[in-house]
Amino acid sequence: MSKQYETVIGLEVHIELATKTKIFCGCSTEFGSAPNTHTCPVCTGMPGSLPVLNKQVVEYAMALGLATNCKITQVCKFDRKNYFYPDNPQNYQISQLYLPIARDGYVEIDTQTGKKKVRIHEMHMEEDAGKLVHDEWDDTSLVDYNRSGVPLVEIVSEPDMRSADEVIAYLEKLRMTAQYLGVSDCKLQEGSMRADVNLSVREVGSETFGTRTEMKNLNSFKAIAHAIEGERQRQIELLEEGKEVIQETRRWDDNKEHSYAMRSKEDAQDYRYFPEPDLVPIVISDEWIAKIKARQPELRPEKLERYKKEFDIPEYDAELITESKKVADLFEATVELCGKPKKAANWIMGDMFRLMKEKGMEPEDLKFSPEHLAKLIDMTDEGTISAAVARKVFEQIFTDDVDPEKYVEENGLKTVNDEGAIKEAVEKVLADNPQAVADYKGGKQKAFGALMGQSMRALKGKADPAAVTKMIKEMLEQ
Amino acid sequence: MANKISDETIEYVGILAKLELSDTEKEDAKADMEKMLDYIDTLNELDTSGIEPMSHVFPVNNVFREDVVTNGDGREETLANAPQRKEDTFEVPRTIG
Repeated sequence: MSKQYETVIGLEVHIELATKTKIFCGCSTEFGSAPNTHTCPVCTGMPGSLPVLNKQVVEYAMALGLATNCKITQVCKFDRKNYFYPDNPQNYQISQLYLPIARDGYVEIDTQTGKKKVRIHEMHMEEDAGKLVHDEWDDTSLVDYNRSGVPLVEIVSEPDMRSADEVIAYLEKLRMTAQYLGVSDCKLQEGSMRADVNLSVREVGSETFGTRTEMKNLNSFKAIAHAIEGERQRQIELLEEGKEVIQETRRWDDNKEHSYAMRSKEDAQDYRYFPEPDLVPIVISDEWIAKIKARQPELRPEKLERYKKEFDIPEYDAELITESKKVADLFEATVELCGKPKKAANWIMGDMFRLMKEKGMEPEDLKFSPEHLAKLIDMTDEGTISAAVARKVFEQIFTDDVDPEKYVEENGLKTVNDEGAIKEAVEKVLADNPQAVADYKGGKQKAFGALMGQSMRALKGKADPAAVTKMIKEMLEQ
Repeated sequence: MANKISDETIEYVGILAKLELSDTEKEDAKADMEKMLDYIDTLNELDTSGIEPMSHVFPVNNVFREDVVTNGDGREETLANAPQRKEDTFEVPRTIG
């Protein structure tokens, strides 16, 4: 390839808000319920039904807007976007076109060349559509309206990203911010965070943008990265062959690692937006904004700073722990109870992350209580249990949230501090292994490890290893 | 001032609204739409400079509900209108996918 190309990417990110009810009616937003159980005349678009706005949606959208440095639109309103599709029972989506809730913001992301600002063009509130499941066998589609009317915030960025890495960093930043604010859980697999990628390529140095395409159906960071790489290549090949990129919407198929044209400019949708007549305007006072600002929780950058000052833990640990609000909360609650940040961090960084990885769990899936971890740390420190036993007990806490005190009691895992018991066990091991004893006495240090291992096993790992070491040495020197 | 609606426009509006109109219906619709646009022109004669545009005729804003679940299982009422039902879903001709 002779020419050098630059990729220009802008994103439209949809975030499902964590309200208890839908945006315009009192139906539950719970995920995973039986089809069509959370439906009513409002969210299924029955004639004569009237939407009433959920106040929490406005407050969550304001919180997200403020946290991403946006200006809040103090007189804002809803508009109708008209289109026909089976997932949309009203034949229009209530959204915001003319006066979206927030505008002109930015977030800062870390890139290989340092910090970079990605500007946010606007943020608007809207309702989600129903869900279509395709029945391959009958060649039909099945519609479930439980998701119809679930509140969304759509965040539209400026075309400020230049690579898949920057896109992922931007998405991570939005996800973390939303999770810290508690406005969304942002689970890509469950569709509570979705991204459409607008991408074009241009020759390096060019001032004008190339023709862009929009890619939909991206439900993992991996799919997003693959789709970006695939679309960049496709567009460059077209240009190299002297062809033109057509402005169109493409659907990414992650299994085939290929995108397909969904609709092109010729049959582009004409949404005929107009002001929503069933909803009155929203007027946001300075006082209301101040109230939301005052309620904003500590976000990640401030938390990271505070950890460095307050707790004596490595920066790397602090970064990993604060990556998820859930993990940070767990860490802080544990430290609050046991007062040992270094040890709490060690459990989280070591056994907890290992178990999460083994079980393919997300931080949101963690269900053990900080009280139990704090207790485990205290018990280990006081010598009630050995380090080896503590790791086993931690697994039980992790999976079943057991009370470590009770568990250790019930399973007889307390450290054996009784010298008589240790002596008895060691005596038996030495008597059973004359060869190893002879080897050690003949100068083979390695043999000691075997004797130590067997003694600890005989004591079921409950003895203090230092005490066992001391006992073996004493008896061998006799 | 009379506005004119072209054949192409009425055709396009029909497609967007998913309506198939007969030739007489098209002529009627054209006449109706022309009248509506003429009326808008009449409104445009008013001097509205310095007047805030409004999206609503009522002097009311900030009508909210609290985030509390008030509706129960609505599945039977909702599915009562399904042209074709499969278990608890609406069955429709296959869309893309």
